[in-house]
Amino acid sequence: MLAAIGVGSVDDLFLDIPEEFRNPSLDLPAPLSELEIQKELAGFAAKNRPLGSGPSFLGAGSYHHFIPAIVKALMTRGEFLTAYTPYQPEVSQGTLQVIYEFQSLIANLFGMEVTNAGMYDGATSLAEGVLMACRVTQRHQVAIADTLSPDYLKVIQTYCQAQGIQIQLTQAADPEVTGESACLVVQYPNFFGYLEDLSRLSDQAHRQGALLVVSADPMALGMFQPPGHYDADIVTGEGQPLGIPTSFGGPYLGLFTTKQQYIRQMPSRLVGKTVDSQGRTGYVLTLQTREQHIRRERATSNICTNEALYALASTIFLAAMGKQGLRQIAELCYHKAHYAAAKIAELPGYFLPMSGTFFQEFVIQCPDSPARINRRLMEQNILGGWDLTADSNGSAPAWGRDQRMLLCVTEMNSKEDIDCLVSALGEFN
Amino acid sequence: MQTGGSRSTGKLLMDRSSPGRMGVVPPPLDVPAQEMPDQALLRGNLDLPEVSEPEVVQYFTNLSQQNFSIDTQFYPLGSCTMKYNPKINDEVSFLPGFAGIHPRQPVETCQGALEVLYRLQEFLARISGMPAVSLATLAGAQGELAGVLMMRAYHQSRGDAGRTKMAIPDSAHGTNPSSASMAGFDVVTLPSDRAGNVDLEALHELAGPDMVGVMITLPSTLGIFDANIVEVCRVVHEAGGLVYGDGANMNALLGRVKLGDLGFDLIHSNLHKTFSTPHGGGGPGAGPVCCSRALAPFLAAPIVTKDAKKKAGDDAPEYRLAQPEQSIGKISGFHGNFGVLVRAYTYIRTLGESGLKSISSNAVLNANYLMEALRDIYLLPYDRRCMHEVVFSADLQKERGVSGLDVAKRLLDYGYHAPTMYFPLIVHEALMIEPTESETRETLDAFIQALRDIDRESQENPDLVRQAPHTTPVSRLDEAAAARRPDLRWTKRE
Repeated sequence: MLAAIGVGSVDDLFLDIPEEFRNPSLDLPAPLSELEIQKELAGFAAKNRPLGSGPSFLGAGSYHHFIPAIVKALMTRGEFLTAYTPYQPEVSQGTLQVIYEFQSLIANLFGMEVTNAGMYDGATSLAEGVLMACRVTQRHQVAIADTLSPDYLKVIQTYCQAQGIQIQLTQAADPEVTGESACLVVQYPNFFGYLEDLSRLSDQAHRQGALLVVSADPMALGMFQPPGHYDADIVTGEGQPLGIPTSFGGPYLGLFTTKQQYIRQMPSRLVGKTVDSQGRTGYVLTLQTREQHIRRERATSNICTNEALYALASTIFLAAMGKQGLRQIAELCYHKAHYAAAKIAELPGYFLPMSGTFFQEFVIQCPDSPARINRRLMEQNILGGWDLTADSNGSAPAWGRDQRMLLCVTEMNSKEDIDCLVSALGEFN
Repeated sequence: MQTGGSRSTGKLLMDRSSPGRMGVVPPPLDVPAQEMPDQALLRGNLDLPEVSEPEVVQYFTNLSQQNFSIDTQFYPLGSCTMKYNPKINDEVSFLPGFAGIHPRQPVETCQGALEVLYRLQEFLARISGMPAVSLATLAGAQGELAGVLMMRAYHQSRGDAGRTKMAIPDSAHGTNPSSASMAGFDVVTLPSDRAGNVDLEALHELAGPDMVGVMITLPSTLGIFDANIVEVCRVVHEAGGLVYGDGANMNALLGRVKLGDLGFDLIHSNLHKTFSTPHGGGGPGAGPVCCSRALAPFLAAPIVTKDAKKKAGDDAPEYRLAQPEQSIGKISGFHGNFGVLVRAYTYIRTLGESGLKSISSNAVLNANYLMEALRDIYLLPYDRRCMHEVVFSADLQKERGVSGLDVAKRLLDYGYHAPTMYFPLIVHEALMIEPTESETRETLDAFIQALRDIDRESQENPDLVRQAPHTTPVSRLDEAAAARRPDLRWTKRE
């Protein structure tokens, strides 16, 4: 090959690199064979405590749900796993039809008119929803309910910082939305697991000409009214509960839905149905003039590669669970969480400080610091809840007070797990 | 591939639905049923499919077979580095000790995961020649956004508020101007000179107290190592600006040069390109940011730190998550695309220094081999040594009435994915070809023959090429109609 090119050595192909910087030492460890690397990685993995290795009650944005075997079996097929972005539709109908299915099922689940092909994760999807609301309304203030995940709030701040968008935290119970507000942002269920009154919040936002932007847990929508039912304008979500492992926080899947009238302001890819030159049905990437590779600095977002493989995973998951399965899983979470909450509330020194309807997460007031409690639980191989004293979001009722913990109970927790947690918590008073 | 009955993919999931069918049966409730909430809060209809497990498997398996993929076809796709993805990388990322851990669990219970991340930070620092790394960004474009926000924060921290212009070469990926715009900057286009390098004269004119910096892809999207790169960095720095590197084309440079040595201040790396995470039909990827010491305080949170003073037997955790002191903030929900990061760690650890260097060697060798073998038929707008990819123009074929698009579509019939077309924007009828290091000489020779055959067809039977592809599951699709009347989801048939 060198002779065909007309050079004497491979090094000759790199002569454009200034000589003083050419061929540096990288100081990397020596290569490993597959056998060795497998051992090394298994060693690292063994130093971690997976959720499945004992009772676990941690949620707060990442959830331990059942994943049927077919999800991994199908998504790891090389034809899906190693395919490129479907810019060549003639040889990408598999990926494109899957995304069309994904757009359809997520739209149905959220009760919304259109869904895009996916975003990075729940936090960035919401941040892009906020930017889109500013584009749609041509306003530059956003009102954010103080029951939003503090991490989601931080990501919104990062995305908005350079665009002169002002962020105002407001009480979810009585939000201040003005004629200057682009949108009211609310999480459903909120960070503490409780359902917000979307009907009222929708009215309050729309009366001021602001959009209602909701970040919703798709699993909760297996049983609760979807945000679309309340006339939400943009609904985003974390798709992780739909067949994606917790995997230390990623890769996850951003869900992004809106109303038909706003599609040209949407970020990210969209797949549409069309016909080929012989009249056969086919699918293509469409409305690409919104996107960075066409519109460059005037694009609706810079997003390019996102999470297509996990859009596939969630589509397989929703297909397998189906109409009845998803509802049943959601109800299992609901009943188990309420069973756990009632048992804990009976313990001396514990109570539930918040009221309303919750799904699978709830806040408990503890007789001791959550950090201490969690350490003691871990001694019994129980992974406790999220320590709410560790992080703060402003003025929400559950923030800024000591000794509050956010617990999550899903279908993965057996009665035995829950009873074990309740009994361990009972030792603390 | 044809398949009949319910295995045919013609019907969408919702149209396959049959009341009562379930793919998965959830377990029974093992706690006493609790009081249900107000009926008004509960949803009525939930339009999801009702299909059995075998139907799901057959449907998706048959759909998968309508794709081209790296495991089944050659992707000579420029700027996207569609290389082979070693299966061991996937396997380790699925280990329960990785896939089954929670991002919020106490650091004492995830030291193994944090150690992998810490080591990957070190690897990327050594490969890029930059001391500080954040793994939090979830894709290349997000790495760019984090990077330009860091540039903004850096200038602001020095009270240097008048910098609003980001200079970006005319050959750049669309994400560059788009990211700069999301960070509130005005984009100014930096022209290329006739050799494909950054036009130094134009750069001198732009470099001033209002310039944030430049965003440079090296090698450029023309597949060229910019001969002026050291001078570009010098000019930008002299004007008080910063040099951002788009790492999309790092495959050409692994072990051959460190961008930090050349004068770059910060870069992002595409782990789903250079470091072999499978593309997944459009993600997930990861876009870690590497930077100089001066920019390190501004990195996106979190980064992983190691307690160097920890002694054996000491209970305190060795690895922790930390927020750099002047961080641009949190840019993703948790700590980055961990599953992708594990794959990249595995890849680099398997290859070591010699392996990485052989990647750039073979990638550049393969691209130059293609260039020499096809230069008599396809025009070379920049006729000089290429790096990992080569950009041809189909201008000659266009004169015969066959466009670059037609050539690319005809390649699908020959069993090859299309090259990147009509990009970079400064080349007419561009056909950008990146063979990567994964392909054998036999594959390259067969691909060369295909492109020669198509050129012949463009003379003898242009309609055959213009109407290609002929052998794929669908022929050319009506994209205009799709955009005119967007049909973006299943709807109930009336």
